[in-house]
Amino acid sequence: MSNVTGKSHAELASIFNQDEPRVDWHDETLWWIRQKRDVQAHKLPEWELLRETASQIKNNVLSNLSTYLEQFEANAINNGIIVHWATDAEEHNQIIHRLLQERGINRMVKSKSMLTEECHLNEYLKEQGIDVIDSDLGERIVQLANEPPSHIVLPCIHKKKEEIGDIFHEHLGSAKGESDPKILTETARQHLREVFLTRRAALTGVNFAIAETGEFVICTNEGNADMGAHLAEIHIASMGIEKIIPERKHLGVFLRLLTRSATGQPITTYSSHFKRPQQGTDIHIVIVDNGRSIQLGREDFRNSLKCIRCGACMNTCPVYRKSGGHSYHTAVAGPIGSILAPNLDMKKYADLPFASTLCGSCSNVCPVKIDIHDQLYKWRQVIVKEGYSPTAKTMAMKAMAFTLSSPTLYRSGGKVGRLVFKYAPFAVNNSLNPWYKHREMPKAPEQSFGEWYNKRKEGKQ
Amino acid sequence: MKVALFVPCYVDQFYPKAAIATLELLEKLGVDVHYPKNQTCCGQPMANSGYEHLTTGCNNLFIDNFSGYDYIVCPSGSCTLHIKEHLHSPEKEEQAVDIRKRVYELTEFLVDVLKVTQLKANFPYKVGLHQSCHGLRGLRISQMSELVAPAFSKPAQLLDMVQGLELVPLTRQDDCCGFGGTFCVAEEAVSSKMGKDRVDDHIEHGAQYITSADLSCLMHMEGILRRQKSDVKVIHVAEILNHYSHE
Repeated sequence: MSNVTGKSHAELASIFNQDEPRVDWHDETLWWIRQKRDVQAHKLPEWELLRETASQIKNNVLSNLSTYLEQFEANAINNGIIVHWATDAEEHNQIIHRLLQERGINRMVKSKSMLTEECHLNEYLKEQGIDVIDSDLGERIVQLANEPPSHIVLPCIHKKKEEIGDIFHEHLGSAKGESDPKILTETARQHLREVFLTRRAALTGVNFAIAETGEFVICTNEGNADMGAHLAEIHIASMGIEKIIPERKHLGVFLRLLTRSATGQPITTYSSHFKRPQQGTDIHIVIVDNGRSIQLGREDFRNSLKCIRCGACMNTCPVYRKSGGHSYHTAVAGPIGSILAPNLDMKKYADLPFASTLCGSCSNVCPVKIDIHDQLYKWRQVIVKEGYSPTAKTMAMKAMAFTLSSPTLYRSGGKVGRLVFKYAPFAVNNSLNPWYKHREMPKAPEQSFGEWYNKRKEGKQ
Repeated sequence: MKVALFVPCYVDQFYPKAAIATLELLEKLGVDVHYPKNQTCCGQPMANSGYEHLTTGCNNLFIDNFSGYDYIVCPSGSCTLHIKEHLHSPEKEEQAVDIRKRVYELTEFLVDVLKVTQLKANFPYKVGLHQSCHGLRGLRISQMSELVAPAFSKPAQLLDMVQGLELVPLTRQDDCCGFGGTFCVAEEAVSSKMGKDRVDDHIEHGAQYITSADLSCLMHMEGILRRQKSDVKVIHVAEILNHYSHE
């Protein structure tokens, strides 16, 4: 969902931080998932080799993407699947609308697909009079709350169980004040069962599309993709062009990495293969570009397309943990979202590559070894060069660069009250001085090291 | 062995004691240390903010100051990493490449080059070791908690040689302190919250001092500790390794 407020990550994060106990709760919850990931990773002595293998398979895919896509298309058609190509989000949404319209369908069940979030499919179909119900439990919760997901794997991780109880009470008729997860889950099951049984169309995402066989694989923990797809007369699968893997044998590498990285589970509960339609039903695949081939052409950023959407970078990211997914005002939040989003709209997402300390933990947990923090650094350079940086910041940086390029200016500046402080990174915006809000300023010593060193040298002479 | 001492700008201006300790420690270990007097800054504050193109002046100045030494040693992982990864010069690229190979953060220089196995140092306090992200994940001076790989830590290995010092364990061994250069003002709310949480981890485990191979992290945490009027102090690892008292 787009950023309706127009606020930057820093502004949204500042609002999120007004409730410190909630920040602590959010941070602890995600850190717990990071720890579960560590436990699973450490059970496999070959973990780092697996990451390297997955990375190389994806590198190969990106270098031969058109070939693999054509191979996949040919095999899928052979299997009886109908394949569509969409240049952008609009075309993707139109294709899906047309498929539903042709059959006179105005209600659809949808399992988790971040691509449809990216394309704002739900909003589009709503405008066309088509009702979409998200069947992933977390997504259903945020849908009822009229919010976007805050995390790609854990869409309602920002909600406490009491808040979910209130939402279910309002929309699904659970008892007032009920917050027992088991009871709430049962309420959702009963509600979704009716949906699964009555919807003629089901939309799913795609985790992996296998070029060799023309089949695709969907991973869910709830089996909701299967429930929707098996009971509907038309199954539409939306996939980004980067979801390809060359051969079936490669799938094992990714399935071993995916949920260990995502939630600390050895494997997803359901890893379902879809190869050919059942008699009397159709399978359609919509293969979407939506800026991906532009990213593929950006040498410094192309390997962000290796992403398998596990969300490990979010769980480990201290900034994500302490600012919440909604602060990123984009469908894919966190470190990976911050390197993907500027490709789609550099001006709108100019703040995101700066929403990081460049600590590098994201790159270390990434199961396909995307150099996320290096790409954040590189996006910063691109954004400044393209002119999306505030003028005041540019002026301060120029003054700082000028002073620091001259030993004389640097030294004289130092003597008159540590002038470097004026340009120091923590005091660039010295009119407001945000450093001081929660932190004392460093104490200026009587002399700098340089001054001390000169005196010592003179003393020796 | 001719060694140049690279003192980052904010260390020179605000934390001269750390630079003095670095110099004295290296001299005690028999190293011939030179301090090129026209050095200023590595250029990282501009580069990390997206203004790498403004660092040509800093880069050329750095090359002029630090060419011709066997090693360049710096008491900051972050500044060392910046030089290692980003020192370039269209006119003097060959010298830049040479410098990038010769620059060392202090603890990695002590462990990998000098191969220090004992130190005459004492520091009878409980100390928490903060792993700076750039030293850790950039220079790899310690093993990173995300990787499935054998544990090691160059700063901890050196601190173990200090008499009376007790390293306290931490709940989160290598979470970021939230400084992040301009991040600390641009993202003030998240930055200070990160710093606060990091400091709390050390305090909860009884640390009397927080140490690190990077002063930028320590400066951040010191700002928080002093605001909280805490008794816990920050101290650069060089000051501990150089500390010897007869009392």
